[in-house]
Amino acid sequence: MIATRSAIFDEALEIAGRRFKSRLIVGTGKYRSYEEMKAAHAASGAEIVTVAVRRVPLDRRVESFLDHLDPKLMILPNTAGCYTVEEAVRTARLAREALGTNWIKLEVIGDQTTLFPDNEQTIEAARILVKEDFVVLPYVTDDLIVAKKLLDVGCAAVMPLAAPIGSGLGVQNPTNLRILREQLPDAILIVDAGVGTASDAAIAMELGADAVLMNTAIAEAQHPEQMARAMRLAVEAGRLAYLAGRMPKRLYASASSPLAGVIR
Amino acid sequence: MRVIVNGEEREIAEGLTLSRLLEELELAPERIAVELNRKVIRRADWPQTVLREGDRIEIVHFVGGGFGGKLSAHRLFDLDRSS
Repeated sequence: MIATRSAIFDEALEIAGRRFKSRLIVGTGKYRSYEEMKAAHAASGAEIVTVAVRRVPLDRRVESFLDHLDPKLMILPNTAGCYTVEEAVRTARLAREALGTNWIKLEVIGDQTTLFPDNEQTIEAARILVKEDFVVLPYVTDDLIVAKKLLDVGCAAVMPLAAPIGSGLGVQNPTNLRILREQLPDAILIVDAGVGTASDAAIAMELGADAVLMNTAIAEAQHPEQMARAMRLAVEAGRLAYLAGRMPKRLYASASSPLAGVIR
Repeated sequence: MRVIVNGEEREIAEGLTLSRLLEELELAPERIAVELNRKVIRRADWPQTVLREGDRIEIVHFVGGGFGGKLSAHRLFDLDRSS
């Protein structure tokens, strides 16, 4: 059978009615310079970048960080650093007012050592924000029940972690990601946090993630621009491998050359 | 009169509007957002918003970040219930 064009070239990623060619979403933190960040963003092919909301320092003049981003990029504000429903909701509202976007990457952190999400408060914040017409993309543990609850309250996607934020450990629980994919076939799953290198991103995509979000893996690489390109290729490779459907794993060898006609 | 801006007490003139406060702080109005007593004030309403004694104002902008953030270093708001 001849493979169809769509199978080889993949479809666009669609979130809340917007279509994206890239399945890689990148952060904007931890870069050594703006130049390095810009080069990495370009090499990643990402169309969405996330930014954090913070108090303006009043004791010194600051330039606008957003001026250092390629204007073609979609800016996805996040609620990073929020530990309560109230902080997260207020942060989302402020971000919407400042940027004119109703998209929000929702994070309600539960613990400083692991930066694991507080799932209970995340669901509550999501409920409030969806009612206020936000497109909510919540960071969450790789838990099917919590993911279902977030989708039930109207989140546009769920973003399960691969490993703790900034740990670079890669996918620690592939089983849970597989279960999420199988049980939520129509949901947008974005693996968020914990990717360390290209193979980690590929594994996340092979498990059926619709996209991967990362920051530290690129920003803290020795050469961020190079790593950004590696991630771009890994996400594409992993996606195509998922669509292609991998061969079954076998315990024993299975010859790929015909046995007939072997010289004796 | 006294107001609290980003967690710091400041002395400002009576009848100062939000727009004038931002001017005094030399903040460019693009891509910032302002909250007054926990309610977002839309940009269009800044000139008519007159500040009062004890008001709590939060002015935010955007910084580089992907996710996370330690509680102490990055706390956004002072969640003080007394106001």
